[in-house]
Amino acid sequence: MATVYVNDVPVEIGNDRLNCVQAVARAGQFLAHYCYHEALTVVASCRMCMIEMGDLKDGKVTMIPKVFPGCQTPVKDGTVIVTGDYAKRSVGHEPLPYDPKYVPGKLAKKAQADTLEGLLINHPLDCPVCDKAGECKLQDYSFEYGRAESRLIDPKNTPPNKPELSSKITLFTDRCIMCTRCVRFTREISGTAELMVKNRGHHEEIDVFPGRPLENRLAGNVVDLCPVGALGSKDFLYTQRVWYLKNTDGVCSLCSTGCSIHVDTNKEIVYRLRPRHNPAAQGHFMCDDGRWGYHYVNSGERIVRPMMRSDKGLSPVSWYEMLPKLRADLTQAAAAQPSQVVAVLSPFLTAEEAFLWGTFIKGLSPQARLALGPVPVVGEDDSYPKNVHGQPVEPTKFTIRAEKCPNRNGVSSVLKQLQGDVIPFEKIAGETGLSALVFVGGYPNREHLQAAFPPNWKAPAILVVQDLFSSSLTEQARYVLPGTAAFEKEGTFVNHAGLAQVFARAVRPPIEARGELQVAADLLGRKGLVQAAGVRKELAAAVPFFDGLADPPSPQGKRLELTTV
Amino acid sequence: MKYEPILLARIHKPNSHQLEGYRADGGYAAIEQALVDKKPADVIAQVKDAGLRGRGGAGFPTGLKWTFLPKDHPGPIYLCVNADESEPCTYNNRILMEKDPHQVLEGIMLACYAIRSEKAFFYVRYEYGTAYRALEAAIAELYAAGLLGKNIFGSDFHLDIVLHRGAGAYICGEETGLIESLEGKRAWPRIKPPFPAIEGAFRKPTIVNNVETMACVTQIMRRGIDWFKSLGVPPDPKNPRDAGSYGPKLYTIAGHVEKPVCVELPMGVSLRELVEVHGGGVWKGRKAKAVNPGGLSMGFVDVLAPLKGEDGKTEYDIPLDFNGPGKVGCLGLGTAAVTVIDDQTSMVDVLHNVTQFFSHESCGQCTPCREGTGWMLKIMERFRRGLGRREDLDILVDVADRIGIIPGTTICGLSDGAGWPVKTAIRKFRSEFEEAIRKGEPSRYAKPLQMVGAH
Ligand SMILES: Cc1cc2nc3c(=O)[nH]c(=O)nc-3n(C[C@H](O)[C@H](O)[C@H](O)COP(=O)(O)O)c2cc1C
Ligand code: SF4
Ligand code: SF4
Ligand code: SF4
Ligand code: FES
Repeated sequence: MATVYVNDVPVEIGNDRLNCVQAVARAGQFLAHYCYHEALTVVASCRMCMIEMGDLKDGKVTMIPKVFPGCQTPVKDGTVIVTGDYAKRSVGHEPLPYDPKYVPGKLAKKAQADTLEGLLINHPLDCPVCDKAGECKLQDYSFEYGRAESRLIDPKNTPPNKPELSSKITLFTDRCIMCTRCVRFTREISGTAELMVKNRGHHEEIDVFPGRPLENRLAGNVVDLCPVGALGSKDFLYTQRVWYLKNTDGVCSLCSTGCSIHVDTNKEIVYRLRPRHNPAAQGHFMCDDGRWGYHYVNSGERIVRPMMRSDKGLSPVSWYEMLPKLRADLTQAAAAQPSQVVAVLSPFLTAEEAFLWGTFIKGLSPQARLALGPVPVVGEDDSYPKNVHGQPVEPTKFTIRAEKCPNRNGVSSVLKQLQGDVIPFEKIAGETGLSALVFVGGYPNREHLQAAFPPNWKAPAILVVQDLFSSSLTEQARYVLPGTAAFEKEGTFVNHAGLAQVFARAVRPPIEARGELQVAADLLGRKGLVQAAGVRKELAAAVPFFDGLADPPSPQGKRLELTTV
Repeated sequence: MKYEPILLARIHKPNSHQLEGYRADGGYAAIEQALVDKKPADVIAQVKDAGLRGRGGAGFPTGLKWTFLPKDHPGPIYLCVNADESEPCTYNNRILMEKDPHQVLEGIMLACYAIRSEKAFFYVRYEYGTAYRALEAAIAELYAAGLLGKNIFGSDFHLDIVLHRGAGAYICGEETGLIESLEGKRAWPRIKPPFPAIEGAFRKPTIVNNVETMACVTQIMRRGIDWFKSLGVPPDPKNPRDAGSYGPKLYTIAGHVEKPVCVELPMGVSLRELVEVHGGGVWKGRKAKAVNPGGLSMGFVDVLAPLKGEDGKTEYDIPLDFNGPGKVGCLGLGTAAVTVIDDQTSMVDVLHNVTQFFSHESCGQCTPCREGTGWMLKIMERFRRGLGRREDLDILVDVADRIGIIPGTTICGLSDGAGWPVKTAIRKFRSEFEEAIRKGEPSRYAKPLQMVGAH
């Protein structure tokens, strides 16, 4: 077994090939870094990760009298790493037998402070108006490892800002610390290579080639990769101070990749989405469609309260008045012609919602039918990196899927369990004799929904629609119920590859709305507030596909056996 | 006894750059002979045993470097000839390329034969138009004569030499910067390992050698080990790691001398002799104050400072071999370009010029070098306005000490070279800087150049 020592702490690394940043992390410690990123090539240029290094051999430690960039330096059996944090190490480990004249951590500590001093030389320090403040690695590391006072009295360089860099992203050129993460991202992950470094020395700047702005469907990731406030998302710019944001683990619902995300909210408003590293889902990144596609939740056009149709058209109604009527209508229809009662469960629903709605409908009559809602497909799967001709090249590092919904797999498995097969929506849309149709939607984009209906589609007498936005469907509905967005509920999505991810609620739905899960529970006659976790347990017990979810899964999610779908 | 130049023997001949004359002087006999009676390993052994150390600046033993290539590699293996020659006051490569290109090209052929390379890239500093055209013509002559291409001299040795015009930056001379530039990218030096011998140009094993090194290879193969070792300085017996400083060396003399010149002498000539004898002495009857022994990067020699342990001698008397400059706190022999600064010149102006050069030439990857060189320049600009402070001297020395591959904080040696002149100037001429601080007078010279927009 290979053992390395990090500030005297022995760590077993087995046969893993690690650099010092990784080895230090294995030891439960932290080595500050800027240019290093697990998903990008190592350039070892920022020089934040400086360490001291040596060897423990035959009970003797030999240290090399200089510093090394930890990100570039591999470790092997007997490697001794001493970081600038040596003095802060946890007590309880015997110091290694260093040369008595050697002061562990002195060189590394100075090198790190020197690097930070260098980075601040041309840095504007406009933290009060900088979006990154509060989550800025330059602030954090300067505070942790830097010098308290500046020794610079000369004027700083003031390169011009570049708001025209991209329609979605702006560059505060003077805040850049030249880590080149953004450049490497566009070369190595998106492959689109829009970004470059121009000029030399301390006049270096990030820029794009003339007439070739940073426009690709993964571009937003450079904002997250940027350790400082140089690259800013125009969408988020000056909307919030990050320390007011609440971060909730979520799952993006805009394609079947199902990226793990952070949902950043304040006072029940979603302000920003960021990718949450999840090797089992998408990796480190997310696409711009998802990143900036959250605005529908904050839309003023949403259906925000229940409505019922009378002679005078649709008008607001209270839940306690509407639900008994709704249930009575459906019960009656099911008694008369059970197979003409159909519920359409959309692939935007959580598995729990689909399960509870399905249970309710099948409880009206086992012959009542369940169909899978329209599955929006736009174009083709879009894989990265691209080559110069825009063609994807192997190995694939990111795929934006054509299937623009998060949970076809989850909803299908529920349907399969409850009625043995999955009826596609097209079949239902072509039928004429329906007596009641319950459409449980949640479509962020009403066009995707409307496109699935034949132009002259005629609604059955009883049409119940729960959705986010009004559409040709709600125009004909007897009951219109406000739907909830993925951020507004807890539940489980199963992505294209069968990865089930449970996510938490990030914001409350509109005040008069009731979530799909709650409506189903109410209709089932269950008392009180429904808990998604409880329904998940029922689901796990009832549907073998989900039995892995009986215990709360890790934030990484759980891969389910797709063969049953 | 006057030394008879070997490397520069032909440069004053008419049409010294042409193939005909070179062959008439016995040119290309060494490669022809080697192809008949030597194996590649024999050539490597001869170069190694001669004790040739690279002339590009680092002084790495050439034969040893060649043995770092992977054994039995299926190829291709590349040779890159470094003619980026951008160290201030260095122009010996230029003379060789313009006046005797065939001597260099024969060395390239020998080196390629030795390392089993069939393609050499000749990376010529952008500004060297004349050298480029001389080489272009010389290479064309070789192809026309069947001495390049396939089956050279009827053997099974093939070689193509690709002439490449550089990207116009000092950093293109750093060997991995050169390789990146050759590949069409910014000349950002690569992190090592892997070293070029394992993975270099186009990800293939690559040897990078200087132009003068190539000329020495020609002469070693022509004249033999004994000739080479008869010149220069044997290893210091007290230093087991010293590989000696054998052979002839082209010294360039520039700055405040009467006669700026490139001279060829056996390694180890003293700085004093070079300046006072070969350079015709300091100009305008003045005295020397400071000298760069091997290009700006190597730092300054204080002409008047006594040499420790050597009675009556000063730093001016150090020998210019691979070890000499190190004895007085300089970085090394570098390019053996001697720049003289006379006693009427302000070290503040000199140092300003130095920091301007390095901040302009820093490729900008590494934080310590990018920001350190820029900061040092800003401080020196302020000094020239008469606004220097005592604490600036400490900052300058601190920054100069902390940037470089020797402390371990950067990717390449440019930053060591940026730090050395600063710290040697301040350590050796501190009183002059303190005087400037006290007086607070602006410099007599013009404003600094605007260099923001440079590539
Ligand atoms: C900043 C920098 C610039 C350099 N410029 C040159 C150059 O112009 N020419 C050169 O031959 N070597 C230059 N070198 C040295 C090369 O990296 C390399 O050591 C040399 O080309 C090897 O050749 P040699 O072994 O024949 O000396 C430079 C090194 C550094 C760090
Ligand atoms: S990038 Fe960081 S340090 Fe710089 S202004 Fe923004 S918050 Fe402050
Ligand atoms: S813009 Fe940000 S990510 Fe890009 S090089 Fe500068 S600091 Fe790094
Ligand atoms: S030391 Fe300076 S020149 Fe060399 S790679 Fe780093 S920034 Fe570039
Ligand atoms: S993180 Fe190691 S040098 Fe940048």
